[in-house]
Amino acid sequence: MPKRHSLRVDPISCDGHGLCAELLPELIGLDEWGYPVLRATEVPGTLLDHARRAVAACPVLALRLDRASR
Amino acid sequence: MTGIMQFAASGPRPLWYATRASGTIALLLLTATAVLGIAVGGRYAPQRIARFEISALHRNLSVLTLAFLGLHIVTTIADPLVPVSWWAAAVPFVSSYRAPWLGLATVASDMLLAVAVTSAVRLRLGRRRWKAVHWLAYAAWPVALVHATPGTDARLPLQLGLYTGCLAAVVTVVCWRLYRAGPGRVAARLSAALTALAVPAALGGFLFSGPTHARGGAPATPLTVRYGQSSARAPHGGSP
Amino acid sequence: MTEQPAVLSSTSALDDLTGPHGARLLHGWLTTGGPADLNEHLNRYGPPPLPRTTRRRTVAPLVRAVEDAGLTGRGGAAFPTGRKLRTVAEARGPAVVVANGMESEPASRKDEVLLALAPHLVLDGAVLAAVAVGAQVVHLCLPRTRQDQIRQLAEAVQQRRQRGIDPVPTQVHALPHHYVSSEETSLVSWLNGGDARPAVTPPRPFEKGVDSRPTLIDNVETLAHIALIARYGPTWFRRAGRPEAPGTTLVTLSGAVRQPGVYEVPMGLPLDAVLDVAGGRSAPLGAVLLGGFFGSWLAAREAMAVPFTKSALAEVGAGPGAGVVIALPESACGLVETARVLEYLAAQSAQQCGPCRLGLPAVAADFAELAAGGAGDLERLERRVGLLPGRGACRHPDGASRLAATALRVFAEDVRHHVRNGPCAGAEREPVLGVGASHAPEGRDWR
Ligand code: HEM
Ligand SMILES: Cc1cc2nc3c(=O)[nH]c(=O)nc-3n(C[C@H](O)[C@H](O)[C@H](O)COP(=O)(O)O)c2cc1C
Ligand code: SF4
Ligand code: SF4
Repeated sequence: MPKRHSLRVDPISCDGHGLCAELLPELIGLDEWGYPVLRATEVPGTLLDHARRAVAACPVLALRLDRASR
Repeated sequence: MTGIMQFAASGPRPLWYATRASGTIALLLLTATAVLGIAVGGRYAPQRIARFEISALHRNLSVLTLAFLGLHIVTTIADPLVPVSWWAAAVPFVSSYRAPWLGLATVASDMLLAVAVTSAVRLRLGRRRWKAVHWLAYAAWPVALVHATPGTDARLPLQLGLYTGCLAAVVTVVCWRLYRAGPGRVAARLSAALTALAVPAALGGFLFSGPTHARGGAPATPLTVRYGQSSARAPHGGSP
Repeated sequence: MTEQPAVLSSTSALDDLTGPHGARLLHGWLTTGGPADLNEHLNRYGPPPLPRTTRRRTVAPLVRAVEDAGLTGRGGAAFPTGRKLRTVAEARGPAVVVANGMESEPASRKDEVLLALAPHLVLDGAVLAAVAVGAQVVHLCLPRTRQDQIRQLAEAVQQRRQRGIDPVPTQVHALPHHYVSSEETSLVSWLNGGDARPAVTPPRPFEKGVDSRPTLIDNVETLAHIALIARYGPTWFRRAGRPEAPGTTLVTLSGAVRQPGVYEVPMGLPLDAVLDVAGGRSAPLGAVLLGGFFGSWLAAREAMAVPFTKSALAEVGAGPGAGVVIALPESACGLVETARVLEYLAAQSAQQCGPCRLGLPAVAADFAELAAGGAGDLERLERRVGLLPGRGACRHPDGASRLAATALRVFAEDVRHHVRNGPCAGAEREPVLGVGASHAPEGRDWR
């Protein structure tokens, strides 16, 4: 079964480090204070590796990649 | 292993040089790792390079630190003139050789190992547990430095200069980090800053009071020429 | 449990349960003129109809009855209560029930009034729900600022215990009273020994809440409706309201109406009929605020014919919320009113999430400038408003965003006027929306 991956930010943990937007600009922008704005939550397969890297890079583990079966 | 042994038997103490060189490099790398980690923790956002690059550098240098630390430990154990066992390298304060200093060294490397291992699985560990262990880095760094100061090389001006530079770098970024952590929790931040400033003071006093005059062990070889040789050879000695 | 007691099976007897104006929850008070104590409550309704046996692994009849009744939550989100009951009932392990009587919305009074007039309906409902979902304890959460009510409810619980009415114990708690400390994850966090501040979901409370147990959190009015559904069944419940929005609901009507107060109305009444319950408008209306500070502005002319249901209000970009309707007279300035509420909401943020901590004050400041007649940067304001929803741990920024966005739409004419000519005359008059003495909670205020 194909898996769907979706991004989520834990807004309480997120410190606005902004690393995620540097690594995944396709899906994550930053607001005027440096906090992430998700353009879309669903991660297309082509961006999956980048998304994983962004998740690993977040210094406070505030970015999550959830997997759900379709 | 036998390669190391042969080296040890043949040359003018290449293992001894390798140990000192790898130790010095490990300390420099550790300092760089710590400084970069603190920069990440304090949300340092430079103009020219991306923030994730600082974070990536922090992680990569930490791996390199551990590599040189490993080398440092292996050459120490392999050196027949330094009676340190594997056992003593893993468990603090069981060695009889320069017991307090080696004990500190073991404590520091164990803490660093814990920091590194938990970081490798931090996505699974969760932030709180990972970070709880990661704070150990702040304890490991001064312990490593204290372990280094009574070393054979510590009387070399170059070596002393390096240590002072490391100390200055870390104390500076720690103060910057505490300043960035505000507002609020003023008392906690002030006491942390005082602790940070107390480390160089204590270390300075400690150096002056003279424990650097090594008791026992190998004789000091305070010549820069040989020092350079040893560091050039060290990698060969370490990867038989 | 859905079968009805014999005496009440005739239509006329059931009709007796419905008081003046179709009131159900407030029926007792409307007939006797006083709060119902335990004796009076038992005389009128009898003891709570507990199931004789609680079998594991079967859905309690009450869950099905509430599903069939089509009851939706009265705490603001109007989520189907039956579905929530079923989820908690089917979750693994013993559950916990939390009755949300916090009523943090400054414009709402309905929970306070309900708890004062019919406390035993609420307690019945909480205990019946607890038995139905397999909970071993009920936590009733009340705001610390209402000490009299806390004492009254503690006494009511005590009397029930002495009479051995409830198979499940109820604990009454006094929580800090801030705007977001009544959000469901705040209650869970406080009951678990932490701050009454929202937490990140998932896990949602129905999966893992108080003491890590599956936790059912319902508004006290929702629970009181459950107490009646347990007795008289879904068919009776559906005899008020509309098929898609059955039953009655408590509303707090204020602003330019003749007799502001708390009333019980059937769901689906057109908005002008709802206002008529409070004696009708006392001045020509410019707009109404639906759902409270968390809600939406509607222009009076587009609002009056809309039925008071979730689906009908959704079509015009609003919702019933917790039943707050504020009528804004034409003479008042909607921008000034909104700016004050936004300032209040910004101060009430739990300061945990960057977009809420920084975004709400920025929006409030922009709005204040607009209300004061400054040139302002409308584009920036709209962008900031658009960036709030969905970016906090709780829905607080979403609510503030909705208020600001609907204000900009409904008062668009005034916006143009303010930008061109400075503040209007309405800015001078006394505010319609009372935000009370608001101070920003901090530190220990949350525990
Ligand atoms: C022995 C190796 C390491 C040392 C000595 C070290 C040291 C430090 C120090 C001193 C800090 C500053 C903490 C703070 O003030 O908040 C830090 C932060 C950090 N380190 Fe390391 N670290 C090491 C390895 C790693 C590794 C392998 C990772 C890979 C995941 C990592 C990831 C981080 C991150 C993400 C932060 C920022 C934490 C935050 O913002 O809360 N570190 N590190
Ligand atoms: C900021 C905020 C404040 C809330 N305040 C209340 C409140 O005062 N009373 C209440 O019953 N629900 C309040 N809620 C809704 C609760 O989180 C929860 O959804 C509700 O209690 C569920 O009960 P119901 O299904 O019976 O409506 C609030 C939600 C938010 C986001
Ligand atoms: S990297 Fe993490 S902390 Fe930084 S903005 Fe992204 S989610 Fe937030
Ligand atoms: S969104 Fe705002 S109110 Fe809600 S938890 Fe975050 S900071 Fe607190």
